[in-house]
Amino acid sequence: MAAESGTAAEALVGQVVLPGDLLLLPAHYDEDAEGERLRLSAGGAPQGRLLCGPGLRRCGAGLLVTKCGLLRHRPAGGGAFWVDSQQKRYVPVKGDHVIGIVTAKAGDVFRLDVGGSEPASLSYLAFEGATKRNRPNVQVGDLIYGQFLVANKDMEPEMVCIDSSGKSSGMGIIGQDGFLFKVSLGLIRKLLAPKCEIIQELSQLYPFELVLGMNGRIWVKAKTVQQTLIIVNILEACEYMSAEQRKQALAKLSGN
Amino acid sequence: FMQRGLDSQTKKQLEEEEKKIISEEHWYLDVPDLKKKESCIIEERSFLLCEDLVYGRMSFKGFNPEIEKLMIQMNSKCKEEEIEEDDKMEADVSDEEMARRYETLVGTIGKKFLRKRDQRVLKDDDDDEDDEIEEGNSNTRPSKRAKKMFLKPQD
Repeated sequence: MAAESGTAAEALVGQVVLPGDLLLLPAHYDEDAEGERLRLSAGGAPQGRLLCGPGLRRCGAGLLVTKCGLLRHRPAGGGAFWVDSQQKRYVPVKGDHVIGIVTAKAGDVFRLDVGGSEPASLSYLAFEGATKRNRPNVQVGDLIYGQFLVANKDMEPEMVCIDSSGKSSGMGIIGQDGFLFKVSLGLIRKLLAPKCEIIQELSQLYPFELVLGMNGRIWVKAKTVQQTLIIVNILEACEYMSAEQRKQALAKLSGN
Repeated sequence: FMQRGLDSQTKKQLEEEEKKIISEEHWYLDVPDLKKKESCIIEERSFLLCEDLVYGRMSFKGFNPEIEKLMIQMNSKCKEEEIEEDDKMEADVSDEEMARRYETLVGTIGKKFLRKRDQRVLKDDDDDEDDEIEEGNSNTRPSKRAKKMFLKPQD
């Protein structure tokens, strides 16, 4: 049993943490605060509960790191800590919007491949305006954008294409044509950040449509095949390009 | 235990013994109570709640107008100011015109649902307002109104 003393969580924000590191939280999160805790936050205690995100686990004294990556912190709304890690393999998580490929129809249920360990199931009633007589027109090989209703390690993941108020709000069958490709999960999160430069720069080039799934899949559709392929190549390459290289590449393209 | 004629003393002894037994059992339950205080940390595995991620379906330069509308809707849920602006922009008819319309509308539709008697009264009122010149008719009006009341049959 490693008897390591933990370090304060707020001191490590933005730095690399490894699995096994113990993070101590400021004393106001602990009811039985003992004098050995480091207290770095001088301000008032944030109200509400602390969110312990992916890569972290609650462990007695504080938070235990379970994945290697950069530690991030968000002070708003009660505070949140999580580990920003990189991976290619997707693990279904409840509430995530993903792109699935229909592999089979089994009675009233479609089987979708979402890139996880198991195929997800999608009931034909989980579409907007679907009734027993009015079935959605889904064929094997179609692309579907939906969210997870149930996703834990003990059960088969279930997806739906409507939200809690019964509206589809953009989910459902993705249309004809277009191009589907796979990238790493970290890039998807970068692209989905509130003000993403890559997306803003791309949107100046051509009119196109883009669907990003949290399982690493991206679907692109533009007016011509050539434009579609250009956008695909930029998105795949921009993971490893610096901002300047990307701007040079886009300048070349817009010049053509 | 419902024995008749139990002395009060023996009853007390029995109760004390029961309490002892129960309190001995309670002793084991005291320890778990302390652990219930740690409820200030929520664990979850989704990145959506940690970072402010945008909606995954996007369209640019008018490629798919429905999705562009959706983008504005979904992304402005965070910013309430934009929603208010949208509502003001979409009003084809101004508020004043709507108010004027409703004033007259309420009257006309209200008339539709009046019963027959009330409709006659309305007509008389209208005629009264219109016929200011014809004063001769004013004598017949009260008699017509009087007819509507119950007239006791004279013996």
